[in-house]
Amino acid sequence: MWRFAIPLLVVIALVAAFGRALFLDPGKVPSPLIGEPVPEFSLPGLYEPEKNFSSDDLKGHISLVNVFGTWCPGCHEEHDLLMAWSQSQDVPIYGFNLRDERDAAINWLNRDGNPYAKIGFDPGGETSIDWGIYGAPETFLIDAEGRIRLKHIGPMTEAVLREKIIPAIEMLQAEMLREEQS
Amino acid sequence: MRRVLVFLACLFFSAALFAAEMRFENPQQQARYENLINELRCLVCQNQTIADSNADLALDLRNKVAEQIAAGKTDAEIIEYLTARYGDFVLYRPPLQANTILLWSGPLLLLIAGGLLLFFTLRRRARLDDEPENPL
Repeated sequence: MWRFAIPLLVVIALVAAFGRALFLDPGKVPSPLIGEPVPEFSLPGLYEPEKNFSSDDLKGHISLVNVFGTWCPGCHEEHDLLMAWSQSQDVPIYGFNLRDERDAAINWLNRDGNPYAKIGFDPGGETSIDWGIYGAPETFLIDAEGRIRLKHIGPMTEAVLREKIIPAIEMLQAEMLREEQS
Repeated sequence: MRRVLVFLACLFFSAALFAAEMRFENPQQQARYENLINELRCLVCQNQTIADSNADLALDLRNKVAEQIAAGKTDAEIIEYLTARYGDFVLYRPPLQANTILLWSGPLLLLIAGGLLLFFTLRRRARLDDEPENPL
């Protein structure tokens, strides 16, 4: 009996391990910056280079920071959703324009709409390395104290907003309320 | 024959040329640079190092490494800078720590388990052979 039971158990364990691995996405590397203050940065603005977008802009309120570029298909995919968000929600979206050409980015946003409260222009990707960004689109949720609380890798979808982003924002708002009361 | 030789020579020299771009005048710094970029993973094309990869991110990371070497940072400081942002996954060679114990010890454990299995199986067979045939 044992003679068959042990190989059978080994096979079941292997199938379970490989089966689970089938549904993991190795492209999504967890960020060690969750819970940390946003890295200090100051980037020239996309529309007006002399107006900077910096880490100070992210303090005092809950916000989203979205990494985009005109070269990135996923960014075009999620664009309508970001537009709808910026028109209906109180939580602003800030943008990192990554490895892009200024004119191309401005043309795109002028044509399809600009959901961003402020946009930093990062053609060399230097600030992006500080943020541990490795692609686009990526979206960060920043709390009122300027800490990174959540990172979503890949295009934003309604399901991600509903199941991940909105509940997390509600949690942050509840946190703020508790702190005000105490 | 000579054409073949010329062709082969071209292949060899082209490979050497593209191995790593020269970033530093100082050969020591250049050696550190080449060593580091071969130890760091490109997170976009995950089975390549940033030395191998042509992805934009790999180029940016190479620039960052070169910039930090030029700024006088030590290798350990540069590795620390990158793991703080991208996690241990950026290291092409996983570090030996609590959550990677199984990864590092796995092959040895399997070898031991296989060895024990072999040992006991052989011993049992030897014992079976020693026993006299059923004397009916």
